Amino acid sequence: MKSADASGSALGAFADNLRAAPRRIREGAFRGGAPHTDRTRSTFVFGNVFLHLHSVRVHRWSLRWWTTAGLGIASVAAFLITLVTGVLLMFYYKPYPDVAYASIKDIHFVVPTGRFMRNIHRWATNVMVVTVILHMARVFYTAAYRSPREFNWLIGLALLVTTLGLSFTGYLLPWDQLAYWAITIGANIAQSPREVTDALGVTDMFDPGGLQRLLLLGSDTVGPEALIRFYLLHVMILPLGLTMLLAVHFWRVRKDGGLARPSDADERLGPPAQTYPVFTEAPAKTYSLAAVVRGRTEAVNRGPENTLPSMPHLFYAELAVTMLTVAVCLALALVSDAPLREVANPLVPENPAKAPWYFLGLQELVSFSAFMGGIGIPAIVILGLALIPYLDREEVQTGDWWGGPGGWPLVRRSIAVGLGSVLALEAFAIRFGWLREWFPAIPQLVVTFVNPATILTLAYGAYSVWLVRRHASARAGALGLFTCFLCGFLVLTVIGTHFRGPNWVFYWSPADWPRH
Amino acid sequence: MLGLSSLWMTAGSMLFALVGALRLPRAAVLDSPSKRVRVSLPETLAAGTAFVPPGRSMAVFRDEDGVFAISTVCTHLGCIIKPTAEGFECPCHGSRFAADGSVTRGPAPQPLRWLKVSASGEQWIVDEAAVVPAGTKVNA
Repeated sequence: MKSADASGSALGAFADNLRAAPRRIREGAFRGGAPHTDRTRSTFVFGNVFLHLHSVRVHRWSLRWWTTAGLGIASVAAFLITLVTGVLLMFYYKPYPDVAYASIKDIHFVVPTGRFMRNIHRWATNVMVVTVILHMARVFYTAAYRSPREFNWLIGLALLVTTLGLSFTGYLLPWDQLAYWAITIGANIAQSPREVTDALGVTDMFDPGGLQRLLLLGSDTVGPEALIRFYLLHVMILPLGLTMLLAVHFWRVRKDGGLARPSDADERLGPPAQTYPVFTEAPAKTYSLAAVVRGRTEAVNRGPENTLPSMPHLFYAELAVTMLTVAVCLALALVSDAPLREVANPLVPENPAKAPWYFLGLQELVSFSAFMGGIGIPAIVILGLALIPYLDREEVQTGDWWGGPGGWPLVRRSIAVGLGSVLALEAFAIRFGWLREWFPAIPQLVVTFVNPATILTLAYGAYSVWLVRRHASARAGALGLFTCFLCGFLVLTVIGTHFRGPNWVFYWSPADWPRH
Repeated sequence: MLGLSSLWMTAGSMLFALVGALRLPRAAVLDSPSKRVRVSLPETLAAGTAFVPPGRSMAVFRDEDGVFAISTVCTHLGCIIKPTAEGFECPCHGSRFAADGSVTRGPAPQPLRWLKVSASGEQWIVDEAAVVPAGTKVNA
């Protein structure tokens, strides 16, 4: 009898435990209970590995629309969209020449929603490139890269390069004419240091260009080895790298004291409106340990008056931007199909052979000199960008749009200078040609180092040095230089995209292209 | 001290192993088909007209001085150029070349490569891997 009782209660306990299991799983996963109050929401954010990349409270300044325009979140959202659609595409894609083309055709014409997924993937890439560039411009123009955020600016640069690398490697995968010739050109740009080593006659001993090309292609030509390498980079190495860099980037935003804001942000915002639920419940523990940490963190010597709980205020904003990004990608994917030309033919180049639009500015530069346009000037630009926060050690107007000596009028003048010089040089080169046409026997080194691309870079540099001296401020020079390069990038991209036709000849409209 | 040195030795050996592992992606297996091509020139080939062997990136010419072959791979960024009446033009970045392969405009850093031609009975053998000085023409 006794044993029957015991077994009965054991069974009862078993049933109780079974019934309680879902609740216990929930409680174990989300310690601290449902996020109903400010305090439990804080615990919720703090205790969740994904959410805790945010600080628990966020400054009201950071939530203003024009502080960031949501560009960083939009880039992340676009990246997530490419991840999801990319994994779906991988179910059908086969990375082998010609087979790859057939599988993309299958995806495009046979697989249910395949074309839609591919379109979304492609448009999300474009959106990501645009938002990453705009995000960088936002950080630059609000001087948000300044101390203590210099290192995060470098991480951001690495993210920009990785983003461009991802889109470039993805460009080869369809194995159509567009892809094949863009990659042939890209691989030969990697080889273009030979332009200099050949001119110096040292290629046999020192050949960094050849090594770069060999590493990229894994062969002498663009073939199966190149495709598998690009595939590996595109689906594995670069996304992993990007994800890791992103984690560091987010974490540093938080550790560097949230978003940059003016030192008088609190005064400018005024007291918070009464409706803000600031501390509806006293915190049970000091989650804000940062308050006792020495050094330049957000919380030192400041009260929580002008901060709001990240949950829900920041999360709503992030969700809104994410939804907008998804909507934009879907809309674009519905109206415009990703291109797919004929299968790659190594004997007949696409004419004109164009890279994706964000590389057409570079392609315009390499049409003057492969080495300077494809490697020299991009390296100078990246190096210059990386140095900005270490040269600009000023503190005035951090966090303000166009902040710094000169302000918006200086930026406006720089736009005029930037557009004017690039348009003038391009017009001259298109109308009159360049050294090679005038003196066919001129040594190559002269053309490599004296061409519209290098002259433009020098002109921008000289203008920037003049600004530094005139305003006695590195920030003024940086404002001028960044604006000029942005204008140059824009104009060269537009020329490369719309005004270059067969044989890279200038045409006012594609309607004027010769028929053949 | 001992712990620190062993730590550094571990780090050093791991770094060394990593460098060794990085040797792997440097293409070890190179697919190198023969670069020598057997070409039969049409009887009617006129001087100054290019003959492009099917599937090859070269233009073979015959004039009164002999036979010669010019590579049609652009020296700028590797596009395949097109023989025209005046010479060659590249579709990618607008380089133009004279009939002897010298650059007349555009970004190409070097003249087109002349390839080694040798006679083989009625046919010609062009070696895409062997470059000869411009102007080298071969007679049967």
